[in-house]
Amino acid sequence: MKILVAVKRVIDYNVQIRVKEDGSGVHTDNVKMSTNPPDDNAVEESVKLKESGKVKEVVAISIGEDKAQESIRKALAIGADKGIHVKADSYIEPLGIAKILKKIVEKEKPDMVFLGKQAIDDDCNQTGQMLAAMLKWPQATFTSKVNLKDKSVEIVREIDEGLETIEVNLPAVVSCDLRLNEPRFASLPNIMKAKKKPMEQLNAKDLGLDLTNRIQQIKVEEPPRRKAGIKVANVAELVSKLKNEAKVL
Amino acid sequence: MSVLLIAEHDNTKLKPFTLNAIFAASKIDGEVHVLVAGTNCENVTKEVASIPLVKKVLWCESPNYQNYLPENLAPLVTKTAEKYDHIVASANTFGKNFMPRVAAALDISQVSDIIKVSSPDTFVRPIYAGNAFATVKSNDKKKCVTIRPTSFEPAEKTGGSAQVEKIEPVDVPNISKFIKREETKSERPELGTARIVVSGGRGLESGENFKLITDIADKLNAAVGASRAAVDAGYISNDHQVGQTGKVVVPDLYIAVGISGAIQHLAGMKESKIIVAINKDGEAPIFNIADYGLEADLFKALPEFLAELNKLNTIQK
Repeated sequence: MKILVAVKRVIDYNVQIRVKEDGSGVHTDNVKMSTNPPDDNAVEESVKLKESGKVKEVVAISIGEDKAQESIRKALAIGADKGIHVKADSYIEPLGIAKILKKIVEKEKPDMVFLGKQAIDDDCNQTGQMLAAMLKWPQATFTSKVNLKDKSVEIVREIDEGLETIEVNLPAVVSCDLRLNEPRFASLPNIMKAKKKPMEQLNAKDLGLDLTNRIQQIKVEEPPRRKAGIKVANVAELVSKLKNEAKVL
Repeated sequence: MSVLLIAEHDNTKLKPFTLNAIFAASKIDGEVHVLVAGTNCENVTKEVASIPLVKKVLWCESPNYQNYLPENLAPLVTKTAEKYDHIVASANTFGKNFMPRVAAALDISQVSDIIKVSSPDTFVRPIYAGNAFATVKSNDKKKCVTIRPTSFEPAEKTGGSAQVEKIEPVDVPNISKFIKREETKSERPELGTARIVVSGGRGLESGENFKLITDIADKLNAAVGASRAAVDAGYISNDHQVGQTGKVVVPDLYIAVGISGAIQHLAGMKESKIIVAINKDGEAPIFNIADYGLEADLFKALPEFLAELNKLNTIQK
């Protein structure tokens, strides 16, 4: 079996983002970037399945500017076999990203596509489901457990009510939640080895797809700031404030 | 010119967040039609028909829709969407699962998780875990929109009498199978709609110690929340997680105990009306957004808090 795993380079999850004064977006210059956290879970799971012997090959793909290759190299250092970088210099919406991934799936013919459930920058939570729909494949979203069988995969999903178990036929799209596994750190020798692994380079413009963004960003602004309140000295004062000042008890 | 809203239900009862989605949909266009797809779900259609903001109910019966497998539900929604300008659902694990399939089938760029309707084509949505608000305009002719339920009030439940129209199910691909759902049963209010939420973090140190949280929650008739750290550590199940990738809550009172206040947690609770933080680390970022902060050892403070609450006689039931 073969897995295509998609990774996105985003502003690091620890960075407190700053909104640009002109309302055009957020500052990204000199800001630490890293792989989207649930995409790390997707890579980890793909590599684990390869180590278990059920999967033969893992191909990592990223779509974005040249630096997106950093996220691919990281996946290669974890254990992916080959990288594909689809160069795109400007933002592409999940719909366009799904179209690009579909094109690559048709060429690479994986049995499964793994990716994070959501990117922590635009918080859209769409790409996996859109890709599955375009391919007419089943999907497993919010995946926290994977049990790969011969022709299907059994998935435990994290839903609002608790947990749900489904079984989807292969080929399938699996979007990963953060509790699926604990992503490992790449060792230095593996990082060195990853530099020698193959990386195919394509350009989004050359794929013959309509990638026009349909959503126009009018402005980006700071949310209303919450003012810090007061510190109370003890529990009795807290309860008294909640009852008499905030009137919530 | 009308909105198609997909109802979430368990085949007997409507899920409460659908009411918030209906309210938001009515801000897009007054002509709100609601699709109820399921098995033996006639009661749900009656419930929806009595909501005054709903103008029409579309009822589709088939065992294929019982568990909302998106592979089965999306083709029905896609076909029904032909006559509508907007397709709307709540942005919870129900709507997030199937709506992008519908959008892709219709070649629409979905607008996810809106918190405000500025006009029928312009919406406000949080990005970067709510650290920025983006105003976006959809240039697609038809629009797929998911709604953050806690940002809109719930629609009135009674007084309406919308027409119920039966529609035919469509073919399903038979590529996925529902096996089981393990729901956390609780007598407490639902996390998403509770008036008071008491949340615990890694500071609780164990699952057993969460009893300190649940005791307070029971006293206050509150829901129990948790930080991702507490869920990851196995102190409590995933459906309690509040944050960017968990649930977003907007209660009147949010009590964060032993939670340091990572950006991702704040994303799920910082719109709460009153925030209380109890933490032994006086520098914890949670204090920057708390209305009332108590720097204290939670193992001492929580039993005292419970004792103080027991002295009050004004707590709402």
